[in-house]
Amino acid sequence: MNLSPGGKRGGPATLLLAGRIGVSIVFGLLGLGFWSLQVGQYERLLVMAENNHDRTIHLRAPRGAIVDRNGRVLVDNRYTFNISMIREQVTDLDRSLELLGRVTGASIETLRAAVDDQRTVPAFRPIVVVRDASLVQVAAVQARAIELPGVIVEHDPARHYPGRETASHLFGYVGEAQEHQLAETSDPRVAAGALVGQSGIEQSYNLLLMGDNGARRVAVNNVGREIETIGQVAPRRGRQLRLTIDLDVQQAAEEAFAGSGFEGAAVALDPRSGEVLALVSLPAYDPAAFVPRIDRDTWSALNNDARRPLQNRALQGRYAPGSTFKVAMAVAALEEGVITPDFSVNCNGGAAFYQRFFRCHSRHGRVALGEALEKSCNTYFYTLGSRMDIDAIHRWATALGLGEPSGVDLPYELPGLIPSRAWKRSALNQPWYPGETLSVAIGQGAVSVTPISLAVMMSTVASGGLRPVPHMLQAVRGTSGWDVAAQPEPAPVALRPETVAAVRDGLWMAVNRAGTARRARIDGRDVIGKTGTAQVISLEGLAAVEAAGEDGQRFRDHGWFVFAAPRDDPRIAGVVFAEHSEHGYLAAPIAKRMMETYFAKHAEPERRSGD
Amino acid sequence: MVIDRRLYPHIDWWLVAAVMLASVMGLVMIYSATYEPTTASVGPQVFRQLLALGIGLCAMLCCMSVDYRLRPAAVAVVYVGLLALLVYTALFGIERGGGQRWIALGAFNLQPSEFSRVVLALALATLYATTWRPQWRAASWAAGGLVLAVPFLLIMRQPDLGTAATLLPICLAIMIFAGMRLKFLAVLGVVGILSSPMVWTYALEDYQRERLATFVNPEQDPRGAGYQQIQARITVGSGGVTGKGFLQGTQSQYNFLPAAHSDFIFSVLAEEHGFLGVLAALGLYMFIIMRSLDTARLAGDRMGMLLVVGITTGFAFQVIYNITMSAGLAPVKGLPLPLMSYGGSSIIATLIGFGLILNVRMRRFTN
Repeated sequence: MNLSPGGKRGGPATLLLAGRIGVSIVFGLLGLGFWSLQVGQYERLLVMAENNHDRTIHLRAPRGAIVDRNGRVLVDNRYTFNISMIREQVTDLDRSLELLGRVTGASIETLRAAVDDQRTVPAFRPIVVVRDASLVQVAAVQARAIELPGVIVEHDPARHYPGRETASHLFGYVGEAQEHQLAETSDPRVAAGALVGQSGIEQSYNLLLMGDNGARRVAVNNVGREIETIGQVAPRRGRQLRLTIDLDVQQAAEEAFAGSGFEGAAVALDPRSGEVLALVSLPAYDPAAFVPRIDRDTWSALNNDARRPLQNRALQGRYAPGSTFKVAMAVAALEEGVITPDFSVNCNGGAAFYQRFFRCHSRHGRVALGEALEKSCNTYFYTLGSRMDIDAIHRWATALGLGEPSGVDLPYELPGLIPSRAWKRSALNQPWYPGETLSVAIGQGAVSVTPISLAVMMSTVASGGLRPVPHMLQAVRGTSGWDVAAQPEPAPVALRPETVAAVRDGLWMAVNRAGTARRARIDGRDVIGKTGTAQVISLEGLAAVEAAGEDGQRFRDHGWFVFAAPRDDPRIAGVVFAEHSEHGYLAAPIAKRMMETYFAKHAEPERRSGD
Repeated sequence: MVIDRRLYPHIDWWLVAAVMLASVMGLVMIYSATYEPTTASVGPQVFRQLLALGIGLCAMLCCMSVDYRLRPAAVAVVYVGLLALLVYTALFGIERGGGQRWIALGAFNLQPSEFSRVVLALALATLYATTWRPQWRAASWAAGGLVLAVPFLLIMRQPDLGTAATLLPICLAIMIFAGMRLKFLAVLGVVGILSSPMVWTYALEDYQRERLATFVNPEQDPRGAGYQQIQARITVGSGGVTGKGFLQGTQSQYNFLPAAHSDFIFSVLAEEHGFLGVLAALGLYMFIIMRSLDTARLAGDRMGMLLVVGITTGFAFQVIYNITMSAGLAPVKGLPLPLMSYGGSSIIATLIGFGLILNVRMRRFTN
């Protein structure tokens, strides 16, 4: 050993000792450094690590299906397929888009626009490039999967309407929740981006129909590829709803409208309960246009269409009731004691009231209430109008359901208008003139009603004084079978039996005698009904329009028909509103088709003699 | 066997065991770092590393069998051989990851710079094996500086600043143990500090300056150069005390940690085995270093002492730097962790170094 032993200052032994101490200190510091990271900052860094790889993918829950009273599917779900792209995994975007365009038939410009629009989305997130792809497109993409890295097919549940435009106003449609909807509800499911009902049943019962979205937690790697599923909560489908609607009656009405060439609205109720059997508004729109989301052009076309296809005429259309209002007049006059059923008037094609001649459409001679309803004699009802106060008419019409919302379980219902002294003073700041009551008496003037409120009126009269609240939800699917939904109780309206009998008889004669509504007659069914015509503009105005060479179609009068059957124990009551049909009797066959369809399904016809 | 039987009892089995243990830990961590969770398969690196480990053990055995007291001419041949390899690399080497560092050898790529540390230690130990006369002292330091400078510059212009930098402490340590005065050291230190702005401006490449700037503030470039550093801290810190478990490290399994199997292998260990695993590994490395320093103390001659000091210093410097970096506490440099990181040249060169250390220790009683 030629080294001097330790101890000498600066000698190797001292240096080695210094080295050992130095190494110990450095390793100690390293240990401290790791301690600070792994113990001191553990929680913060663990969260950062989890944020790196933890992704939650929301799984949209399908909405509940909607079926009719017989369990026939009205609205259900289908899966829409989206072809999406994870740009981070796309090696050559131009080439991928070009190939994608070739196999799907989509134009390169559209695909490129879709990619450009979603530039700000992180590159590891899929962006939809072909929305609602067809099965052919999906198959084509999957066949070329190897050549299309980063291109995936995603699926999402979406609404499916097997009946296309059938009852489209009734179901409504769904769309992404809007700001006011987000603000209105505290339900956590109604969140930004959630699909919620935007009208119809879809809106009324949105929270029942909405399911609970699921979620899949996945681990992704540094390029966003899913490596494994950490956990999954399956989406829960929304609850199935059973409506009171009878699809057959609904379709019969829509087909009858189609056959007649008219548009308009129809409502059929079960007068005993207020269950809505059919609710039609035409023209309809194709609800499939809203799936998976409506494009801007279609939306603005629907909104700008002069025929207003998005309007639900049954609840939102307000028209003069015309002669159908005579039903309410008859009830009011009888109940107020102004007349008895025997009270008669001589019709000479009109009569003079307040120094003015009011015309009738015909010369009916001496008519009592029955014939007056049968023949829709204006003179008779002018006479009633001249003997009654407008506020009494207002009171009775309102009691029968006119001028107020029916309370149907659909959104955006509008009330009609039954004038009164108070209304005129507040709306126009004018006193009521007696001559105006005469116009009201035949359903013209300041009166306006919605089709559904006329159906309620007819139902109330036909049932002898039970005013129903129209409703459509019959039952909700629970875990074990159907849970019957709470039904709104009909409100009794005190009508004397004599009143009911007299009005029923008159309405029976209108259909079954020489009346205006013979086209609604069904052998052995004792249909009762009343036609009506709602003036759109005055006859002079129409003549002027037609003289000017314009198509007068959109100024032609509307036809009404209110109905119920059978007379003595009504099972179905309702209204048909035929837009611009000019005559109420043209609306009657549509009602007949609905009633025939209804009775064909209900056995043991209660045959009664035709009197 | 080639080793003289009489030397068997003097083999430092503790060091052999510690080195083997570290190598096996490395293999296990490489297995985890290259494990592909999607296909449940392991990358080819484990088997390549196993093969390199075998070759390295053979090389270690060879280095033990020949007496370390080589004639200066033989050392010169080795040294010139290294320079030749470095020059060859500069001319014909293959380029990867921004540096021309490898010589293609069929299945393996050889990284000559990895061998520069042990060769430098051998060359300098030989140079200072005998005490230079006082009047030649300054010249001896200059000669040592020259021995350092040639490989240093060749490696630096690959460019591979990290590996080149590891040569400095080796040189410095050997010179200090060879008797360099503290006064002289102080002068060197002052010159170093004064020259650092010039180094910053002229010697460093843009990317190196960026690395250093990013180290000071990794958030300035979280997607670029700072990314590795941030991810390294997350990887280590999220391991906690007990770790996430073997193959369970999300940062390494999901590739958030770059170069997990090579430069950042220690981060993988920290993530999957936690602070306890870190303490065990630190303890193991510390044991290896202390045991090696013990060999320096016991060395039979000046040459052996200097050789062991040089090799151990290089090893310790690299271990400390790499582990500091793997915790995101030092700028990212392409320096592997000796014995654990994936890399054939690295493990072979490291085992050669330990072969020489064992060599010195087992021949401490021979002349």
